Amino acid sequence: MEQLNYHHTARSRAKGSRQQAIVGVVASGDLEVLVERTLPDGECEVDIRTSVTGFGDVWRAVVADFVQLRSPGGLKLSVNDGGARPDMVSLRLAQAVRAVAGDRP
Amino acid sequence: MSGALSWYESTARQRLAGLLDQDSFVEFVGPEQRETSPHLPLFDLPAQFDDGMIVGQGRLEGTQVLVAAQEGRFMGGAFGEVHGAKLTGLLRAARELRSTPVLILFDTGGVRLQEANAGELAIAEIMRALLEARLTGVPVVGLIGGRAGCYGGGGLIAGCCSALAVSEQGRISVSGPEVIETNRGVEEFDSKDRALVWRTMGGKHRRLIGGAEIFADDSMASFRAAALSLLHHVPPFTAKTLEAEQARLEQRIARFGRCEDAVDVWTLLGAPDALSVPAMAYADFVVLADQLETSHHDAR
Repeated sequence: MEQLNYHHTARSRAKGSRQQAIVGVVASGDLEVLVERTLPDGECEVDIRTSVTGFGDVWRAVVADFVQLRSPGGLKLSVNDGGARPDMVSLRLAQAVRAVAGDRP
Repeated sequence: MSGALSWYESTARQRLAGLLDQDSFVEFVGPEQRETSPHLPLFDLPAQFDDGMIVGQGRLEGTQVLVAAQEGRFMGGAFGEVHGAKLTGLLRAARELRSTPVLILFDTGGVRLQEANAGELAIAEIMRALLEARLTGVPVVGLIGGRAGCYGGGGLIAGCCSALAVSEQGRISVSGPEVIETNRGVEEFDSKDRALVWRTMGGKHRRLIGGAEIFADDSMASFRAAALSLLHHVPPFTAKTLEAEQARLEQRIARFGRCEDAVDVWTLLGAPDALSVPAMAYADFVVLADQLETSHHDAR
C-alpha cells in the first residue's frame, strides 16, 4: 500500500452546496472517491491510498490536471484505489466534483 | 432515477436510490466516518470507506423502513467485521423499534476470507439479531438480484428472512458452484457449466421450489413493487410455523430427492415444457410459476 497526499490552490470554489458525496467502488481497475467540502474556498487536497506502489509521478500529474480543469476549491478528496488506470482516475475525480455540486452521480 | 434501470448492473447506492422514495434515504455510519476494516491493511489490501455495507433508513411509498445494501463489487460483497457489525446494529435497532420493517439488499459471496473468524462471528450475530427482530413482529425482507448472488453466510441469513424476492440473475445457495466442484468433484457439479449453475441456484428455480416468494424482473421498479408487497407479508414466527416448515422440507425431499436436475423437478411440478423454463421471458415465467403447484410456507 502507498499513501500519497497532494495540496493545491484552486482558482475558484467548487459549485453547489452539498457537504459530501461518494462515487465509485474499490474493485480491480476502479477506485472510490469520498469528497468533502471542508477546506477554505481556494484550497484543494487529494489524499490517496493505493494498492499499487511506485506510481507517484503519474498520480501527481493526474491530480494536477484535475485541479487545473475542474477547479475543486474547498474540497478534500479521499481516494481508495484498487489499481485504476489514470483515465479512470480522472473520470472518477470529475464525477466526484459533479456529485458534490448536486448533479446526479 | 429510471425504474427501468438494471438492478444487476447498479451499485448498492444506486439500488437504494432506485428502491426508496426520492431523497428519503438517511445513512447511518456513513463513509465520512471512515469505519473501515481493521483487517485488510494487514494483507496490504485497500479498504472501502463504507466497508461494502450501506445501512440507514428511508421511506417506501411513505412507509418508514430500515435498509441495508451490500456492494457486491467490493470484495464480492463479502462479510467482514465492520460490514457485518453494521447489519447487526441495524437489526438490533429494528428489534428495539418493534414496528419498522427491514429490507436487506443482498449481494454477497459469503464471508470475507481475509477476516474469516470475524466474518463467521458476524454471520451468527446477524442471524440472532434478525430472528430477535422477527420475534417482535417486524418483517425482514431480502432482495436478491446482484452480481455476487447470495452465497455462503449470506444464504443462511436469507434463509432467516420473513420473505425473499429474487430475480433471474440472483442466485441463492450456501456452497457456491466452485466450492461444490472442489469438494465433490466435477461429476457432482461442473461450475463452468453456467446453464447448470443458473438452473440449480438461479431465481427461477428458487421461486418454483418455494425458496422465494416473489420472482422479480431485473429492474428498480420490479424490486420496488416486490418490496412493497412483501412488507405486508408478516407470517407469525412461532414454533408451529417452524414445525410446518420442517414438514414441508421433508415432503420436498421425499418428492424431489431422486431428481438428477432442476428440469426433472419442474417436470414433476407440472411444467408442460420444463426444458423451455430457463429461456422463458419474465412475464411468461410469472404466469407459469403462479399456475404451478408450489407449497406455501412461512419459513424456508
